[in-house]
Amino acid sequence: MATVEHTEEKGGPAVHHEGANGAGGDGVRRRDFINIAAVSAAGVGALAVVYPLVNQMNPAADVLALASIEVDLSQIQPGQAIKTVWRKQPIFIRNLTPAEIAEANRVDVGSLRDPQTLAERTREGKTNWLITLGVCTHLGCVPLGVAEGENRGEFGGYFCPCHGSHYDSAARIRKGPAPTNLEVPEYTFKSDTVVQIG
Amino acid sequence: MAFPWAQPYEPKNDFTRWIDQRLPLPRFVYGAVGGGYPVPRNLNNFWNFGVLAGIALTIQIVTGIVLAMHYNANADTAFQSVEHIMRDVPQGWFLRYAHANGASFFFIVTYIHIFRGLYYGSYKAPREMVWLLGLVIFLLMMATAFMGYVLPWGQMSFWGAKVITGLFGAIPLIGESLQTWLLGSFAPDQATLTRFFSLHYLLPFVIAGVIILHVWALHIPGSGNPTGVDVKGPQDTVPFHPFYTAKDGFAVAIFMLCFAAVTFFAPNYLGHADNYIPANALSTPAHIVPEWYFWPFYAILRAFTVDFILPAKLWGVIAMFGAIILLFFLPWLDPSPVRSGNYRPKFKLFFWILVVDVLILGYVGGAPAEEPYVMISQLGTIYYFAHFLIILPILSRVERTLPLPNSISESVLHGEKAEAAPYGTPTAATETGSVVPSKTL
Amino acid sequence: MVRLIGILIGIGFVVVAGISLITGVITHLTTEHVEDAAHALHEEPRNYDFDHDGPFGRWNRQQLQRGFQVYKEVCASCHGLNLVAFRNLSEIGYSEAAVRAIADQWQIQVPSINPDTGEPAGRNALPADRFPNPYANETAARAANNNALPPDLSLIVKARHGGANYIASLLTGYRDPATYRDHHGQPVPEDIRPGQGLYFNPYFPNINIAMPPPITADGQVTYTDGTNPTVDQMAQDVAAFLTWTAEPNLQTRHRAGTAVLIFLIFASILAWFAYKNVWANAKRTVRVAGPLDPENMARREAAKDESGIAG
Repeated sequence: MATVEHTEEKGGPAVHHEGANGAGGDGVRRRDFINIAAVSAAGVGALAVVYPLVNQMNPAADVLALASIEVDLSQIQPGQAIKTVWRKQPIFIRNLTPAEIAEANRVDVGSLRDPQTLAERTREGKTNWLITLGVCTHLGCVPLGVAEGENRGEFGGYFCPCHGSHYDSAARIRKGPAPTNLEVPEYTFKSDTVVQIG
Repeated sequence: MAFPWAQPYEPKNDFTRWIDQRLPLPRFVYGAVGGGYPVPRNLNNFWNFGVLAGIALTIQIVTGIVLAMHYNANADTAFQSVEHIMRDVPQGWFLRYAHANGASFFFIVTYIHIFRGLYYGSYKAPREMVWLLGLVIFLLMMATAFMGYVLPWGQMSFWGAKVITGLFGAIPLIGESLQTWLLGSFAPDQATLTRFFSLHYLLPFVIAGVIILHVWALHIPGSGNPTGVDVKGPQDTVPFHPFYTAKDGFAVAIFMLCFAAVTFFAPNYLGHADNYIPANALSTPAHIVPEWYFWPFYAILRAFTVDFILPAKLWGVIAMFGAIILLFFLPWLDPSPVRSGNYRPKFKLFFWILVVDVLILGYVGGAPAEEPYVMISQLGTIYYFAHFLIILPILSRVERTLPLPNSISESVLHGEKAEAAPYGTPTAATETGSVVPSKTL
Repeated sequence: MVRLIGILIGIGFVVVAGISLITGVITHLTTEHVEDAAHALHEEPRNYDFDHDGPFGRWNRQQLQRGFQVYKEVCASCHGLNLVAFRNLSEIGYSEAAVRAIADQWQIQVPSINPDTGEPAGRNALPADRFPNPYANETAARAANNNALPPDLSLIVKARHGGANYIASLLTGYRDPATYRDHHGQPVPEDIRPGQGLYFNPYFPNINIAMPPPITADGQVTYTDGTNPTVDQMAQDVAAFLTWTAEPNLQTRHRAGTAVLIFLIFASILAWFAYKNVWANAKRTVRVAGPLDPENMARREAAKDESGIAG
């Protein structure tokens, strides 16, 4: 009857369980290459699986579809402004009067907290169209001044009632805690009366 | 740990030593699945399925958490939210199909794991607790899967929920109140959907906890093996790592291959077309059936068609739950000391009849409730209960078992049949008391 | 003890199930077996060979565009497509400008409000919008269709057994019940014949369908790409289009699946060889070098002897 000590010596000494790579002083042995290769393949597979798990948190196709909108400007008279929504944010679109344009250009740009000319904030040939986000750059309230009769602040532009930021006719910050001018989004004119935002 | 010759943990570098001194997690992992856990050398591929079940659970939890970022548990928008995932969420179709088919694969793997246990006597002493905890996991899996299927709020989701919660209504006295309490309403409704979502999210983590207990209970006596003969010494075992990590690695690769083939090329094969129709409380589908993994139990439920003291519907409910509850008593229904079906020829025969019986029950469970399917399900139900409650108890009394090998290592070196002796014969190992005093077998 | 109780309970279940079985058998043997006529008349869907069939299936964009044309001109007046957005049409080959035009000119308006008065009003669709439903609600749909509800077609191919084959078979499957013969040569029994508002179609599970034949004649739609618009062609094209609306990611899924399977086959081969490598010596000598291993025990004994410590 076979006893407990039955062993066969051929095939090399007893393999001690020092781990798949058996780095018992030899470094990585050639016979362990396949083990490393298999584990690496598993690693590659794991990374490939992680990609969709992370990417699924990016905006879905229906959200991205609303990433750009078209607005019809034909109804906005000089001196009027409208509010609309783009990427869930308020947008102010104002048709500046020549007086407002002149006043904006008269300002010494160097004295501004966030120096920008009106020309830099509008499109060539369309400097009367001021399109900005309606989000105060201080802490995010929606400034007043779009609708008829609303307080337009001391500089004839927009006024944020939350902490008293005053914007001028080019929506540049003039007084109050806001650090920068109202943000101008990406936009292009599809025609004289239609603008695409985003 | 189970065996005294288990290699104790030695930190390999200063970093792991630092961790081990403060939180002995490396030591714990080493002793559970590393080089410090001795496992019988002769395990065959049927022992891979426990790990595969763990992998399937992980897949379900990961895909489930990610799907929950987009799913909307509101009866008016749930169906649309699932389609939003399929169409608009980046790679959403992959996540949804992986989760839906992952459930099927979780059950396939678990059923094979359970049948391994039935054949090789894994439920017998000293591993009864492993078996009981496993059944608890199985019940939790079924509850989780049932609630998960309701979430897309398709026709089958709604009507499946209606039928299964309706079963509770068959319980005398408390049935109606119980059913309303479960639903939160008079029919599956908004209240049902939100609570099912909440519980569906919770239960997998409860399953994970019970799995920890299940594996812990297993590691006390150590793993069983295809001969059913106890481990007698270090010559019978190999350390889990690298031997079974390598073997499981291959099994996982094959599992992934099958899973990917179905998920990418036949993702709706195991499902039902009616669940792509939004739920309509006013329109019943022609044939209401649950997912395939419930079909054997559904067949048993529908097999009872005649009132006999109790209404037929109630018999169906009792039998369906009874079919699972009786498994909890299996270690005591079949206390034969010979574990493995390899050495119990009559048991082996009846085991295979059971396998065929369950497959047949599965088939008729998915078929319409018409003849001849009803008759077949009745025959199948009769055999199922007879097998566990009548045949096995009698068999364990009267059967003649084949001679067992003296030890695992001998069975490995010389083949299982040679060098064998009938159960109970004193062997050199037990006589001299060499190495490790093992338990009786 | 457990076994005894178990046997008794087992006998109980066997008896009860047996009663159901025997009752069922007796009933089956004693009752007249009436062949369900509807069952006998029902046809399985014919098999068409769509380009998207099979694991290597690809979209035939030309066909999908033709199918969209059929949907637009034949089906859209009654059947919604509310899970598909106009912007999705770019996936079947329409340019951005074409998509905007299709959306803007779509016959059905998107529900909205009059910006001046706030009253409900419609507006032209934008590419970001989903296809608007032809009816305001289910009641309106039923009122306009003899109490039948035309189902939304976005998922119809996945929601019916037989898929695209079923749709194409159904659309070409209308027959005259007076002259129809099933494959046994039997005519349609009187009580199965369709009543008012129903039409005979053996591919439909209930045989009589509330939808009148939508595609009645060749040339009903004039294809912009010049393909001959036979009834069969239109039915197949719209079935292919509806497969796309149900499963827009089919092609991506097949492509990704092929890549994944190739990688997994490669990984499985590596895993197999690694497994074989690890187990190479397992059956010969593999010792766990633990404290009770005979080698180590012998070494400890020898060390004890050497140092003269009493054992």
